[in-house]
Amino acid sequence: MNDENISAPRTMPIQSATFSQDTNAEIRRAAATGIYDIRGGGAKRKVPHFDDLLFLGASISRYPLEGYREACDTSVTLGTRFAKNPIQLDIPITIAGMSFGALSGAAKEALGRGATLAGTSTTTGDGGMTPEERGHSEKLVYQYLPSRYGMNPDDLRRADAIEIVVGQGAKPGGGGMLLGQKITDRVAGMRNLPKGIDQRSACRHPDWTGPDDLEIKILELREITGWKVPIYIKVGGSRPYFDTTLAVKAGADVVVLDGMQGGTAATQDVFIENVGMPILACIREAVRALEDLGMHREVQLIVSGGVRTGADVAICMALGADAVSIGTAALIALGDNDPKWEAEYQKLGTTAGAYDDWHEGNDPAGISTQNPELSARLDPVEGGRRLRNYLKVMTLEAQTIARACGKNKLHNLEPEDLCALTMEAAAMAKVPLAGTDWWPGKPGTAF
Amino acid sequence: MQTIDMETTALRDLNATLQAQAETTNQTTWEITNPKGSHAIAVGLDAPIDVTVKGSTGYYCAGMNKQATITVDGSAGPGVAENMMSGKVVITGDASQYAGATGNGGTLVIKGNASSRCGISMKGIDIIVHGNVGHMSAFMAQSGNLVVCGDAGDALGDSIYEARLFVRGSVKSLGADCIEKEMRPEHLTLLTDLLERGGCDAKPEEFKRYGSARELYHFKIDNAY
Ligand SMILES: Cc1cc2nc3c(=O)[nH]c(=O)nc-3n(C[C@H](O)[C@H](O)[C@H](O)COP(=O)(O)O)c2cc1C
Repeated sequence: MNDENISAPRTMPIQSATFSQDTNAEIRRAAATGIYDIRGGGAKRKVPHFDDLLFLGASISRYPLEGYREACDTSVTLGTRFAKNPIQLDIPITIAGMSFGALSGAAKEALGRGATLAGTSTTTGDGGMTPEERGHSEKLVYQYLPSRYGMNPDDLRRADAIEIVVGQGAKPGGGGMLLGQKITDRVAGMRNLPKGIDQRSACRHPDWTGPDDLEIKILELREITGWKVPIYIKVGGSRPYFDTTLAVKAGADVVVLDGMQGGTAATQDVFIENVGMPILACIREAVRALEDLGMHREVQLIVSGGVRTGADVAICMALGADAVSIGTAALIALGDNDPKWEAEYQKLGTTAGAYDDWHEGNDPAGISTQNPELSARLDPVEGGRRLRNYLKVMTLEAQTIARACGKNKLHNLEPEDLCALTMEAAAMAKVPLAGTDWWPGKPGTAF
Repeated sequence: MQTIDMETTALRDLNATLQAQAETTNQTTWEITNPKGSHAIAVGLDAPIDVTVKGSTGYYCAGMNKQATITVDGSAGPGVAENMMSGKVVITGDASQYAGATGNGGTLVIKGNASSRCGISMKGIDIIVHGNVGHMSAFMAQSGNLVVCGDAGDALGDSIYEARLFVRGSVKSLGADCIEKEMRPEHLTLLTDLLERGGCDAKPEEFKRYGSARELYHFKIDNAY
């Protein structure tokens, strides 16, 4: 009998964990094109995150507050340190800076409408302030970016706060890019550049370098705006203890800290996935810096990078932040990556949920585009309503958790209300591993 | 003429007073004494007034200026006239780094030398330097004109967009994508006007023109290295 006819047990085809399908596909793509991958969005790899923490809730030693009846304050005031007019928000969830250019005018308007209905602020972005956004945002934070596209003193004085952008979580140390397809007449005009060219946004500010210069830059901005509005400093999550310390020393009213999961309009995939720390690893370090300076709650801390739910908001509060900021989640609320456009995502070679070629300007949902036909798909009034609803739900969820922990104010949540599911999360959040009273690095304990 | 003495007047009061001058003010001439290198002097002005600072200034003097004519009778620290929108700023001495950075309009005249990064990211301002400029001047310069009557340092016009650079003396090196360009009659006309506005008696014919090769305008494989 022929050996080959015997069906002997065989080894299954095994895919390599190291050379995974997507890794290999990327190698082939690189080999074929000679250029790295550019995309939008944040880190897609799995990193320790809010999902690795749980709230303990009340028990015999703590008593809870009544469901949706007993008051649970969600308001927050930002910029109490130096500004004459701090920003008062009804909810501690703000809309992050996203550029006009990356997003359509209608998308910016929708963000303004939704944020205003929910009693919170929105933020400009690279490329300057648009009338849509100013007109529909009751509270608008004006970003002061390295590119200074569209920067001018009139808009500066029209702003309710100024955010000096040093970095972003998706790309700490990186600049921006806006590819030619999205540079319409309007975008080109606002940026003072020729239409249709690929634009680079600088990675460094043109007229200051270190923290000592930054302090003087802040003085100048305050003098131009009459010390009226708060000045925020936004940094990517890389050295949160030192960056927070330096931002406070330079005179910030508010520190905005953005972790590696934070979205971007466009940058190299290698940057998004490999540079910067998860937000979970940043919050306690930033709070420690504020505490060491005696500035916790004097200088407010806004954190971002993968905030999706009221539980995430509650966790950030418990870890010591004053507010959170959302980018990606707000876009999803408006309709980004909605399965209802699946056929069109397929045509673009992707699928709903995975679409991230925001820089190409072909967004089926009409959000990250300057194409008038596509952007007409987003009704800014309906978008605003959806965003408002989503913000409302997140707030109710966060309150639900706070009440369960016996807190009549979101900001009274504390690390003691939390435990961690993994060693990593325990170490980063500095809360006990579930079922123990220990976390790696806990003072007075050996590892 | 109104005089504000910084020995006795706080920076906040100085700026608030100048910023409060309306379009139609009849107090059009101001003198600031004892600046002693203070930062952020005469920033955010928005009226057609004349301000002379008697002495040297620190960082960001005349920042974001609109309409006003501001003269520094001395030298200026980093970022003088940064992001200027309109008006005129004149420095009788030297200017430190980033002079005229990101300026959108107006005219900046530096009678002495300017340090590195003069005109960085300029977006429409005209800058006339009687002396030399340091390295990385006109880095990522988007539009406007930079006139250098002396020499330019290393990497002039690196990653330049549509700004025009005119240099009379030597250029130590040109930055990425910056090339020498033909001086056509329209450029000579433009330069004649710029020199006149800058109070320079140099002859337009003595200058060379530099600008973008426009090779970096599209992100492609060869740009990636
Ligand atoms: C489409 C898009 C455009 C963005 N543009 C800017 C920008 O212009 N300036 C900036 O500081 N951050 C920008 N960001 C980052 C956000 O401000 C914010 O840091 C980030 O989205 C927060 O993380 P999240 O997306 O996980 O919520 C952008 C993000 C997105 C998704």
